[in-house]
Amino acid sequence: MAIATLRHHPRFRELGLTVKILGRNPLAVAGGIIITAMILLATFAPLLAPFDPIGISLSDRLKPPSGNHFFGTDEMGRDIFSRVLYGARISMVIGLMVVGIAGGLGTLIGATAGFIGGRIDNFIMRLMDVMLSFPSLVLAMALAAAMGPSLTSAVFAVTVVMIPKFARLVRGEALAVREMPYIAAARVSGAKNGWIILHHVIPNCISTVIVLGTLTLGDTILVAASLSFIGLGAQPPTPEWGAMISVGRKFLMDQWWYATFPGLFILVTVIGFNVLGDALRDVLDPRIRR
Amino acid sequence: MNPVIDVRHLVKHFPLTGGLLGRKIQLLKAVDGVSLAVARGETLGLVGESGSGKSTVGNCILRLIEPDRGDILLAGQSILTLTGQELRRARRRMQMVFQDPQSSLDPRMTVKKIVGYPLEVHGLAASSAEIADRVAHLLQEVGLSSDHLDRYPHEFSGGQRQRIGIARALITEPDFIIFDEPTSALDVSVQAQILNLIKDLQRRHGYAYLFISHDLTVVRHISHRIAVMYLGTLVESATRKELFDHPAHPYTLALLASAPKPNPLLRQELAVLQGDPPSPVQVPPGCRFHPRCPHAMEICRDTEPEQHNISPTGAASPHLVCCHLYREGHRR
Repeated sequence: MAIATLRHHPRFRELGLTVKILGRNPLAVAGGIIITAMILLATFAPLLAPFDPIGISLSDRLKPPSGNHFFGTDEMGRDIFSRVLYGARISMVIGLMVVGIAGGLGTLIGATAGFIGGRIDNFIMRLMDVMLSFPSLVLAMALAAAMGPSLTSAVFAVTVVMIPKFARLVRGEALAVREMPYIAAARVSGAKNGWIILHHVIPNCISTVIVLGTLTLGDTILVAASLSFIGLGAQPPTPEWGAMISVGRKFLMDQWWYATFPGLFILVTVIGFNVLGDALRDVLDPRIRR
Repeated sequence: MNPVIDVRHLVKHFPLTGGLLGRKIQLLKAVDGVSLAVARGETLGLVGESGSGKSTVGNCILRLIEPDRGDILLAGQSILTLTGQELRRARRRMQMVFQDPQSSLDPRMTVKKIVGYPLEVHGLAASSAEIADRVAHLLQEVGLSSDHLDRYPHEFSGGQRQRIGIARALITEPDFIIFDEPTSALDVSVQAQILNLIKDLQRRHGYAYLFISHDLTVVRHISHRIAVMYLGTLVESATRKELFDHPAHPYTLALLASAPKPNPLLRQELAVLQGDPPSPVQVPPGCRFHPRCPHAMEICRDTEPEQHNISPTGAASPHLVCCHLYREGHRR
């Protein structure tokens, strides 16, 4: 589609309005800048990184930060700055994949449960309650450990853990949407349940899903890093933030830079997503929107 | 003439559950034996206080609520036994315009989608271009323009939104349309425009209408025949002229007396009804209206009144009233 027609597309107009309102909120702008910067760093890591993130150079072991190695080097002489940049890639990909899959499945499950109601609703939601009753990190650890330590099993574990959060939220929204007269109108027009869920229920829940998704991205990155930290996620020499902190912990007394910089990046990224998510919640709430 | 829609002895009781195990404690008798029929090109006005069950009748006819007993015939065929695909096909021929134009339009859909999706759902259009075409045509028919296709509901006024709701009801080319208080959420000036639009559409296409309202002036403006509902039953039904010229049931009389008159200088005795309508959970025995009726007799307390036709001999349409005052020999 040509840009000119795209600009006049109704969805695009709504999006423009959202961005405009967000721009008036300083927290949203701060969060947005942090997230954009992280995404850019992650995307262009191969261009920005001065060294190979897994290239060993034993003569440069554990060097403090300098003009050559901005964040110093680790015990194998690898450049920590380059590794942190590549780590941003891994964390972003994990975060987006988990939130995408968990958000999509959770929304579908929650919308179906809330809209259909009755026994199906009861069955699904009790299942979700069971999953929610475990602390998410503990459940993710159990799942990842059962599947064997690897990045894939960490992603799978975190996804499974996040699904109930979305399902429960969307179910609540779907319960409210179900009673709206436009649902009755859709039934009168001959729409089937599946059609109504896809075209009415989910679009009307989507703004809360976006908010939760943004907030969950921070969580996800944290849980994934925690799994790597305890050795259940990314394996060496993968430059994953949590794994780097895990090894760097041993050197914390004498080589402070090793664990500090990956830690700082986790901190800033998680804060960025949380701040942006909070601001989005304010903006997307239709009651205060206009 | 064969009626488009023929409702026979419709009954809907809602169980009220309570207690730990969700036992059925009581029955809310929302609709208790309502029969009505609407012919092509005709408007039947259904009036009653809130809680009289008039909206439940509308929802039962469209099977948004499953009735407990009775039968609903659409062009002579019962729709109560239909399921799945057959029911969806039948629904194409019956539509509804809702009370609140704000909440009956999905805020996340454009007008094109809101009005056009019945075509999509029923597979009635070959392409999205054809849908857009037919929607644009319909928008013009209800007084909007094809420029409005890509707008969202919140960009319209209340009256315009109700026009969109009407366009949605028309797109499947139904035979029968239910209007559930379509103007009660609108300004008075807009009400008249919408009512005239509804009338015009009927004149052009010959739709059968069931017009549900609590507002007698609105119903008088639009209906050919009027049925008065009280606590789940019809107490009186007649042509518009007959009902307003010769109201028979004491409840109808009270309703007419309480309707505001356009001339404030014309002082009138307010025949105010005693008390509130009883709860449909505890329907009074005998005539449902007897606790509030100024003419209540001994028989009204224990015997439910039958339907009496009190129309003058030779009248085309019956004037039916459920009241012991009109037993044989008590004719006016």
